[in-house]
Amino acid sequence: MNAFSQIRRNDQPIYLDYQATTPMDPRVLEAMMPYFTHKFGNPHSRSHSYGWEAEEGVEKARGQLAKLIGADDKEVIFTSGATESNNLAIRGVAEFYKDRKNHVVTTVTEHKCVLDTCRHLEQSGFEVTYLPVQQNGLIDLEVLRNAITDKTVVVSIMAVNNEIGVIQPLAEIGKICREKKTFFHTDAAQAAGKIALDVEAMNIDLMSISGHKIYGPKGIGALYVRRKPRVRLVPLIVGGGQERGFRSGTLPTPLCVGLGEAAEICMKEMDVEATRLKKLQDRMLKGLNDKLTDIIVNGDLDHRIPGNLNISFAYVEGESLMMGIKGLSVSSGSACTSASLEPSYVLRALGVEEEMAHTSLRIGLGRFTTEQEVDMAVDELVRHVNKLRAMSPLWEMAQEGIDIKSIEWAAH
Amino acid sequence: MAAAYTYLDHNATSPLRPVALDAMVEALQAGGNPSSVHRTGRAARGRLDKARKQVAGLVGALPAEVVFTSGGTEANNMALHGHERVLVSAIEHESVLKAVPAAQCIPVDRNGVIDLAALERMLADKPALVSVMFANNETGVIQPMAEVVRLARAAGALVHCDAVQAAGKVPVDLHGLGVDYLSLSAHKLGGPTGIGALIVRSGAPLTADRLGGGQESWRRAGTENVAGIVGFGAAAEASRGGLAPALRDRLEAGLAGKVHGAAAPRLPNTSCISMPGVKAETQVMALDLAGVGVSAGSACSSGKVSRSAVLAAMGTDPVEAETAIRISCGWNTVFEDIERLIAAWQGLYIRVTHSDLSAARAA
Repeated sequence: MNAFSQIRRNDQPIYLDYQATTPMDPRVLEAMMPYFTHKFGNPHSRSHSYGWEAEEGVEKARGQLAKLIGADDKEVIFTSGATESNNLAIRGVAEFYKDRKNHVVTTVTEHKCVLDTCRHLEQSGFEVTYLPVQQNGLIDLEVLRNAITDKTVVVSIMAVNNEIGVIQPLAEIGKICREKKTFFHTDAAQAAGKIALDVEAMNIDLMSISGHKIYGPKGIGALYVRRKPRVRLVPLIVGGGQERGFRSGTLPTPLCVGLGEAAEICMKEMDVEATRLKKLQDRMLKGLNDKLTDIIVNGDLDHRIPGNLNISFAYVEGESLMMGIKGLSVSSGSACTSASLEPSYVLRALGVEEEMAHTSLRIGLGRFTTEQEVDMAVDELVRHVNKLRAMSPLWEMAQEGIDIKSIEWAAH
Repeated sequence: MAAAYTYLDHNATSPLRPVALDAMVEALQAGGNPSSVHRTGRAARGRLDKARKQVAGLVGALPAEVVFTSGGTEANNMALHGHERVLVSAIEHESVLKAVPAAQCIPVDRNGVIDLAALERMLADKPALVSVMFANNETGVIQPMAEVVRLARAAGALVHCDAVQAAGKVPVDLHGLGVDYLSLSAHKLGGPTGIGALIVRSGAPLTADRLGGGQESWRRAGTENVAGIVGFGAAAEASRGGLAPALRDRLEAGLAGKVHGAAAPRLPNTSCISMPGVKAETQVMALDLAGVGVSAGSACSSGKVSRSAVLAAMGTDPVEAETAIRISCGWNTVFEDIERLIAAWQGLYIRVTHSDLSAARAA
């Protein structure tokens, strides 16, 4: 039980969707408050102390964020969020170097905003290679190495997957990209503040960060842009020329300050928090395994952030389960696409069969999750899975030893 | 900072209204991703929907016509994106001017009002879009939008209006104006920074520029800045009454300098005033020391010491333009602020004029 366990009121569901968004840390809000009230200046105003004071707040935050990823302050650009960062990184770099290079490498399990950006590039004449992933969700480094050509401008591979939490081998990917003289962009929205990241050691040239995935506010993110050797970008938003010309628009001072503070807290508490979450992850998995059969964890368990579990409950329809467990806030996939009933493309890429993909839940644990909440969640899941299985003819057949796959269904 | 300080730079950014802050703190503490299906997500979605109605209400739009963005700059970029042949007025904000570098500029007259005859001539080339701001950020001069829309419509062009400086100060009505796109910024009307909106008239085309999730009805991807949107909504509702011109009128009566664009209709809060013979930078620094914050132009470019493009477009004498400062009032400005400004401005004028006189005698 930690200091913030009382953040949830008893009438509220248990929040287990930390990959969709995280609650804001009260310490972050506290750091932001002065910039909402008396330190309200426009950080680009140079003619009065309100402006200077706001600028100081923004620059301190830039430093806090830079420190989290081993970057120089000047290499951090504030954006409106990771979606914008991903759009800016991939399109910006592709468009800048398009006269010389026309190829992009990414993976099939990227966040939708990376995939959509790549599709857009294809429409404007770029070639995109979508690397497959192995059954554990990780890419094969040899496949990556062979996919890079002398026309490859950027390799975009996410640090941690948003649905299954697996961690890609960033240092190895960075090494290959540097050898092959192509830029390496990583979408670190789910990774920053949770695992150690070092842009130097990992040879990362561009990195996207989100505020609201690390207990900071929504509406703010950042893009790391390497200066040595320099990475150049065509901006997506033009105007006043703020953020070294990469991103125009008045900086939202309180949000920048919040992101900086969130980064600093994550950095300070990363090791302790990772250990604590690992215990909770183990506890949840053990609790479920003790009481249920036929459950499968999707994605590698060892190369995974401790705050994520993605589990298929065989013979149970994911949507029905979601409807049943009203006391839990979990999701059946990523939030951005959770309104659609399509099975997750990430799970499909792992080779998970459609039926099993339909039975999956993403369970996200985080800073304010307690042992007690994990136990309550296990109880509720077990109860509803058993209830739904009791009503399922497929479950009944499986118990009788019938191989479900051998059944030929009549058309209707 | 001095104990008492008068802030008269609301066109750069306006302090957050307490109602907006209260609404935001509540939303920040509640959390939730509005795209999530579960109860936490649905509660965030509910807050978003309420704010969308409040913002739509400020400009007479339908909630579905509101696309939330990260601010006015993004909204302007979004409106102009994808249109090839564009006409813009010469005094637009940089986020309009730079969005379509090949755009043709419509000239303005000495008062900073768009030259309608020139617009009519330029429309003969059948441009796709005309972008004219509702009111200028430096002079506060209000443009004849009804005429602009009438001429543009007759030529079959779409119309974008950057209403960032006007909304919340004077009535702005999407359908009354008949424009297709309207840009708004929350922090100019007492909402938070980092949030704005492009109002897209139902039926007007829009090319999504930000790709990813299906947020904002597929018009703008990215997890919504819920607290920012909620603060924007509360500030929009609170600013529906607009601002009264009494403070500006008192200020202009008390300062002896020339008011740029004085003959044109202007915002009730903005004065662009020259102090004869005294450079704007000198005035701004001296006023700051005296406890009054003003600016020498727009904040976005106020770091760079370059001449105001707006005053240049108005044909203002360059020497005179260098002596112009912008004074902009807001929702929390009171008469005492104006009195302090007048005293500081007059004190500076007397000091500098004396030293100028003695310098002239010595020569």
